Amino acid sequence: MINKDLVIIGGGPAGLSAAKLAAESGLSSLIVERDFKLGGQLVKQTHMFFGSEKQYAKTRGIDIAKILVDDVLKYPEMVEVMTDTTVVGLYEDKVITLLHNDEYIKVQSKAIIIATGASEKVLAFPNNDLPGIYGAGAVQTLMNVNGVLPGNDVVMVGSGNIGLIVSYQLMQAGVNVKCVIEASSSIGGYKVHASKLKRLGVDILTSHSVKRANGTEALESIVISKLDENWDYIEGTEKTIEVDSLCISVGLSPLSSLLSMIGVDMKYVSSLGGLVPYIDSHHETSVKDVYVAGDVCGVEEASSAIVEGYLTGLIVASSLGFKHENYDELYRDFKAQLENLRSGPFGEKTREGLQEIARNHDVK
Amino acid sequence: MLNRDGVASKDQVLSRFPSNEVLVKAKAITECYEEIPCNPCATSCPFDAIHIGEDINTKPVVDFDLCTGCGICVYSCPGLAIVTAQIVKDKARFKLPYEFRPLPIVGEVWDGVNRNGEVICKALIEKVTYTARVDRTALVQVSVPLEFIHEFITVRRVL
Amino acid sequence: MRITEHPILTFEKKAKLQFVFDGNEVYGYEGDTIASALHAMGVKKLSHSIHLKRPRGFYCAIGNCASCNMIVDEKPNVRTCVTLLKEGMVVKTQLNKGDLYD
Repeated sequence: MINKDLVIIGGGPAGLSAAKLAAESGLSSLIVERDFKLGGQLVKQTHMFFGSEKQYAKTRGIDIAKILVDDVLKYPEMVEVMTDTTVVGLYEDKVITLLHNDEYIKVQSKAIIIATGASEKVLAFPNNDLPGIYGAGAVQTLMNVNGVLPGNDVVMVGSGNIGLIVSYQLMQAGVNVKCVIEASSSIGGYKVHASKLKRLGVDILTSHSVKRANGTEALESIVISKLDENWDYIEGTEKTIEVDSLCISVGLSPLSSLLSMIGVDMKYVSSLGGLVPYIDSHHETSVKDVYVAGDVCGVEEASSAIVEGYLTGLIVASSLGFKHENYDELYRDFKAQLENLRSGPFGEKTREGLQEIARNHDVK
Repeated sequence: MLNRDGVASKDQVLSRFPSNEVLVKAKAITECYEEIPCNPCATSCPFDAIHIGEDINTKPVVDFDLCTGCGICVYSCPGLAIVTAQIVKDKARFKLPYEFRPLPIVGEVWDGVNRNGEVICKALIEKVTYTARVDRTALVQVSVPLEFIHEFITVRRVL
Repeated sequence: MRITEHPILTFEKKAKLQFVFDGNEVYGYEGDTIASALHAMGVKKLSHSIHLKRPRGFYCAIGNCASCNMIVDEKPNVRTCVTLLKEGMVVKTQLNKGDLYD
């Protein structure tokens, strides 16, 4: 059994930021990442980020990933990193079983930060499992990390920010985006992203959905249909579109299964993307010394995940006796940044969702 | 309609343009019609001409007296929602962000495109800035016939 | 299909890596995952559904959905979207839930 003060599960924006603030406070940590590299989903975000300077606004996600990784590599004595390592067991006494190179490794930790992020949702329609039908984020990885195109002709399902941004990036990579379809009667993401696509000649068809996909070994075409106000297909509005790729971008759900394993009190909150833990204002779950940061406790932009990571790293270090010399100032700043990021109309769902998972003793 | 197809209405667009008298000098046109948490236009402006304030969800307001039309906000806007516009005799001159390949070359004539993605005119490429400073968002200066000043938004290579 | 020109990214030509896919000698490049190397060759079908044997491809790219599981060097259920390609790997399409291996 290996002993650690803090284990951070997930080496994306939230996990990396948490490790940085813990190290700055004087607390060592181990970051466990199942991919072969750190950075999470930032490594494929070629666009400039929104937010303010403190969350690296106008810097491209790929460059923010480098900044956050470099920040933790500055503390080689304090931050240990295990990539290619999957957490397969998590127990209430904070023993963690890791799977690395076909070997199980047991770690006893004083505190755990779960920063596992979120995964893309799927959409139900006939033949939705055909090769050539991808999560939009997966296509972003394939293009922007591996430099491989998904196909020649794509339709994007979903007009949230991911759907709009990935459509634009598909065009940048030279793929023909035939249209974006959206079941709702209005565009889901930022309109600036929608306008960027529209001026490239890409139509965004609101009140439309996929009715079925066709193909035997791989996707060959899709049938789309108009939807009425109850989101039911309108007969006679079907249209067949020949495509070799279909991207599904209908939201993300928190990767919270590890939390269930450790017995954390959870709640299904649709505005946060799915099953999420009850947390207090310190991001601590119902299991003492088990904390969460980032999309795992509510799907938002990466900017919020970064700040939640900083905040949680700061708090956990303090709770283990390593109080940052500027604790009060940083705490207030991180809280204010999160409030600012969430205070507009796009933050409304998050604000409501967080109310629902506020742990009882914490509600004012 | 912006919410349904991503196309700003004529009124929305006009609300962001100063009068033609002001446009004898280049000015920033911020086509950001929604409250989103974002402020690089304001923080990148060396002349303090774009105001957002403490709440970063506030929509930007340009002070056309202070704006020099330098174009820094054009490549700093993560939403690529800013151009500069200027009236030069019978032409409208724009600086716009461009993130595709190939880049235009000075002297080329490209298609001028409106907010619907339709080709509406010809656009003469006058200057292309692609330095470390613009961070891979090229700043392209073009001129189009003046009558398209409120319709033109970007360029497309003639195929 | 690989990207050769891109406005934001540069993709340098990296070292070729030979590997075997269902008995054929093929190649990818350093930095590829197994799934991206296969995708670049036009191979979209990576696995099959367990009961109906329907073709399955790349879906999540984060090692979560199991749609890209293959047999790699005799080991079944390898998440090929998050496994780096290595010279000499033997990659096979998996037709069942996976057999025990040494």
